[in-house]
Amino acid sequence: MPLKIAVCIKRVPDTETRIKPAADGKSIDEAGVKFVLNPYDEFAVEEALRRRDGAGGGEVVVLSLGSDAAQETIRTALAMGADRGVLLKCETLVPDALAVARVMAEELRGGAYDLILFGKLAIDDYNHAVGPMVAELLELPCVTAVTSLELKDGAGIAEREIEGGVEVVEFTLPAVLTADKGLNEPRYPALKGIMAAKKKPLDVKPVQLSSSGIEVLELALPAERKAGRIVGEGPDAVPALIEALRHEAKVL
Amino acid sequence: MAGVLVVIEQRDGVIKRVSYEALTAARTLADAMQGSVTALLAGPPGVDASSLGTYGADRVVVAGDEQLRLYQPGAYAAAVVRQARQEAPGAVVLSATALGKDLGPRLAARLGCALASDVTAVAVDQGQITVSRPAYAGKALYRLRITSQPCVVTIRPNSVTPAEQRRTPIEEQMPAPALDDSVKTVAIKEPPGAKVDVAEASVIVSGGRGLKEPANFQLLEELAAAIGGAAVGASRAVVDAGWRPHADQVGQTGKTVSPNLYIAVGISGAIQHIAGMRNAKVIVAINKDRDAPIFKIADYGIVGDLFEIVPRLTQEIKQLRAG
Repeated sequence: MPLKIAVCIKRVPDTETRIKPAADGKSIDEAGVKFVLNPYDEFAVEEALRRRDGAGGGEVVVLSLGSDAAQETIRTALAMGADRGVLLKCETLVPDALAVARVMAEELRGGAYDLILFGKLAIDDYNHAVGPMVAELLELPCVTAVTSLELKDGAGIAEREIEGGVEVVEFTLPAVLTADKGLNEPRYPALKGIMAAKKKPLDVKPVQLSSSGIEVLELALPAERKAGRIVGEGPDAVPALIEALRHEAKVL
Repeated sequence: MAGVLVVIEQRDGVIKRVSYEALTAARTLADAMQGSVTALLAGPPGVDASSLGTYGADRVVVAGDEQLRLYQPGAYAAAVVRQARQEAPGAVVLSATALGKDLGPRLAARLGCALASDVTAVAVDQGQITVSRPAYAGKALYRLRITSQPCVVTIRPNSVTPAEQRRTPIEEQMPAPALDDSVKTVAIKEPPGAKVDVAEASVIVSGGRGLKEPANFQLLEELAAAIGGAAVGASRAVVDAGWRPHADQVGQTGKTVSPNLYIAVGISGAIQHIAGMRNAKVIVAINKDRDAPIFKIADYGIVGDLFEIVPRLTQEIKQLRAG
């Protein structure tokens, strides 16, 4: 049976980026920052492609909220093999998960998706929130941080990592899932895919975010850690380290 | 005069330590808003909730049912929402655990209010809640003002110190909400020898490529065991190489942690790794390369061969513990 799958993705600064606050003191200075497809979203895209192909057909629709620059991120997912893209265009992104979830849910509603996939978190805001919020707004079952997934006959079993263990969760389709590392090994876009992606449809729809009641007062760098010291070299330095941990830092 | 509703977590019928941290944060908010604290506990029948008064709960509401032993998203959310509708709290507070990260967003969506997740500090300023939370996995820090009532706040483990503020709480039972048939937790699989999770541990011993091969992580396991209750973490390089499970990864695409003590062994200190552990109270680095970036943020460092240093450290700590 063909599967219709939506994957919601985000354009984020690469993990090697050094963050610098912008002049407004409330966002980051994007000058010189390299942006990538959120690493956890790669697992979601990969899973969608495998499920579509395993089902012998269907459609993978990639959805992103952001500025025009996010088109490039959508093209990356299209180059991996997704069928078409939708950009919900807004100029400024705020760390307001419910505001984002509301416009995404609106776009997804009535789309007759069997699966809606997200990465478990975006590595900029670290909220872990938009996926389960969209599920609640659409009244769909949801499993977050999925590391293993089996689908059969309109139902599924997922495993999700919890502290010191794994939860096994049964759910019915349609469902919302958020993908964790370990779910699969994402492919790199091949040259052929990159060429094909340029011709795939990408709709741009302007949206307005309305705040859920959260306002950025400040984005600042964390306090610098005080310079530490090398207590010594080799195993002979161990007693000095233990002494410092016990009596100076008092953590041992 | 708004109160605070705090969601208490249990595992196998025992209240988790992080819940006392959440309760302490809830108490801080409630005191600033001249309100009271209600602790809501969903779980199997007969969980000992007497400690909740010790950490400042004015009221304890228990949904005790065998069907709630495991985290059931639908029923747990329904229980919290029912209580929130009754009390109209200023905030609903959870721990930013696997459960809280799943339940918090669901609650914010159901209640139609703001969510502040992974919060490290809370305050009330002119009647409005303000929070600090890391962004970009700790490379930056947000200060946010929350204007919705209620709001949902999840507290990052190890960022609030539990404080005893003794009360004699009123205890009530709540009938368990029906399970949601469309999504059900059926089991928890635990690896043998119940491990401490890096996200919750107060001491973490982490290893990187300097360990040379997976079997050498045994050295870190032994050090963690000697310290007692310590977790073993790993850098992205060794997780990507398949040496350690992803659950152990510390860094921007792993876990961001704030233990009391973080011992980085054979880890050079890539930006994405430092982002995940820079909030540790004390950082120790052991590395053969004197110029490794990890030494720039470490409180204490030893330069040298980890294969000589770590066994010595383990041995000395064992002696200390025995003494």
